[in-house]
Amino acid sequence: MLATLPAAEPETTQLLEVRGLSKSFRGLRALDGYALDLRPLTIHGVIGPNGAGKTTLFHILSGFLRPTSGTIYFAGQNITGSPAYRVARLGIGRTFQNIRLFGELSVLDNVKVAMQRQWPPSLVATLLSTPGFRRRERELEAAALELLERVGLARRRDQLARNLAYGDQRRLEIARAVGTRPRLLLLDEPSAGMNPSETQELLALIRRLRDDLGITIVLVAHDIPLVMNLCDRIQVLNYGKLIAEGHPAAVRANPDVIAAYLGQARRA
Amino acid sequence: MTTTRIGLRQRLGPAREFLRGHQSLSITFGMAIAAVVLPLIVLIPPFNGFGTQKDFVGGFADAGVFVLLAIGLNVVVGLAGLLDLGYAAFFAIGAYTMAYGASGYSGLDTPFWIMIVVGAFVAAVFGLLLGAPTLRLRGDYLAIVTLGFGEIVPLVFLNADTYTNGTNGITGIAQPSLYGLAGINGFGFTNPWPYYITVLLIITIATMLVYRLQDSRLGRAWVALREDELAAASMGINTVSTKLLAFAIGASTAGLAGVFYSAKLASITPQQFEFQVSFTALAMVVLGGMGNTWGVILGAFIVYEIQSQGLHQLDAFAKSLHAPPISLGPITLDLSTINFINYQYLLFGLALVLMMLLRPEGLFPSRRRREELHEAAAEVEATAADAVSQT
Repeated sequence: MLATLPAAEPETTQLLEVRGLSKSFRGLRALDGYALDLRPLTIHGVIGPNGAGKTTLFHILSGFLRPTSGTIYFAGQNITGSPAYRVARLGIGRTFQNIRLFGELSVLDNVKVAMQRQWPPSLVATLLSTPGFRRRERELEAAALELLERVGLARRRDQLARNLAYGDQRRLEIARAVGTRPRLLLLDEPSAGMNPSETQELLALIRRLRDDLGITIVLVAHDIPLVMNLCDRIQVLNYGKLIAEGHPAAVRANPDVIAAYLGQARRA
Repeated sequence: MTTTRIGLRQRLGPAREFLRGHQSLSITFGMAIAAVVLPLIVLIPPFNGFGTQKDFVGGFADAGVFVLLAIGLNVVVGLAGLLDLGYAAFFAIGAYTMAYGASGYSGLDTPFWIMIVVGAFVAAVFGLLLGAPTLRLRGDYLAIVTLGFGEIVPLVFLNADTYTNGTNGITGIAQPSLYGLAGINGFGFTNPWPYYITVLLIITIATMLVYRLQDSRLGRAWVALREDELAAASMGINTVSTKLLAFAIGASTAGLAGVFYSAKLASITPQQFEFQVSFTALAMVVLGGMGNTWGVILGAFIVYEIQSQGLHQLDAFAKSLHAPPISLGPITLDLSTINFINYQYLLFGLALVLMMLLRPEGLFPSRRRREELHEAAAEVEATAADAVSQT
């Protein structure tokens, strides 16, 4: 079911085009003139010291915050200022820096919530519990289980999400985002709090999402080795401004980037 | 020990599986058993001293109204996590809809069975009207707005006396009728049985529908919203319309209850729909176990019976003890003069505080909570078994 993602079609345009994106909070410029051209099937990293505006950027891209100025085009469509649920329906999935699962729902139900838009029953069919409704519920369950299988959480299907181990919660959050069938997935600090072996598994998982499911990925991370390893392109934000952009190796050698990180290290 | 547990589970498996697959059947079954067993309570001491079977059955029919209120409020508060402190407003709207649709006051005589649908619909519309501008509010703010709405609605019914007859209320509300079917015409005032059966039927259907919603896309969306609104939005859930649906469905259940209530009482006044009703319904939901429909039904029944029967009997019991007054300095405690009914909201409050301290999940917590405990136990067992097999 997941193999039929639309991203497989030949794509000449950019998947995401961001121009002049700025966000001010009472005079504080959290993001200033951010731009991005994102080609389909890339893994794109955004790094930067604390408070550089990475999470603000994600909140704007996913529709939780309105930008002060600038435009966002997703697959040729202007989504600037669209509400979060509509952005999600258009095909931008996301995870959160501080995990936001539905704690009182089971692992399986968490994924079902994400996937259920693909099996829409009407209210009347639900109330009458028609055979069509029950069939769709079964299909949904099968699809949800398949997805859990893919991320290695099928065994935990009936556990409450909040009782999962930390690494499993991160994986479930990714599975849930993937369940909305995104063409673009925004991962906010996916490796935060993970040990090295969990991080390696995560790396493989993210690559599989791109290679097997055709999902384009933008990720924000502190973990520089992870980003260097994984990403095709990297942008560096500092105080809301882009200070560097390019291939990982080039960015690593950029003196501005080194200054930004060393400067932070000196302050710390 | 493990083997016997597995054996038992395997033997019970098919029956449980069958009931799980036929939820509506098991609900009908449960309600039918309750319908037969409840009136037999009167045979058991000390209940046989409290009144005749008719008294009991009539009381159960009244309890049914509150059970319905609790079922509906549980959708709003327990499932969708929207704190509604003015739920009685929709109850009032349903009751007055019935009073207009079928009474000497309005001159209309619409059959009760049609008014049930009309009342639920009108209440749902008001649910949408209140919800549309306010559901963007969260938590405490929503609670305050609904509290206001709950105050406003009875006041409107009180003061719009050209239309509602003010304080005197509307009398002569038509009774349900089966039009000669099974020998029953008007349900009348003397025989509580038709009311009892009717309310049980309504409760059964409402319970079925709520369970179906709960296990559907909408029910999962409600719980997702309750758990984390931002995350729910990022799943493509339209938070506003999902909340509105919870509000409307909750309101329609209260409307249903209102129609039945005014048809049974035959007269209603605005004073019957004041804050105490909203509060009592909320206490029932919390005590029963938020989110669990069966728990909430039981909670509502128990709370109602304590309120209407238990406290009276406690009064009588305290008097019958002939305990000598105890002097505590300036206060004299004399059991025989305490009127427990006057203290009912104090007792409610105490019960709620104790509940939050000792058993915050309610008397009958939802299946999910129980599954969690069960899972935890299974997990411990599994790791223990692993450890044993490895050595």
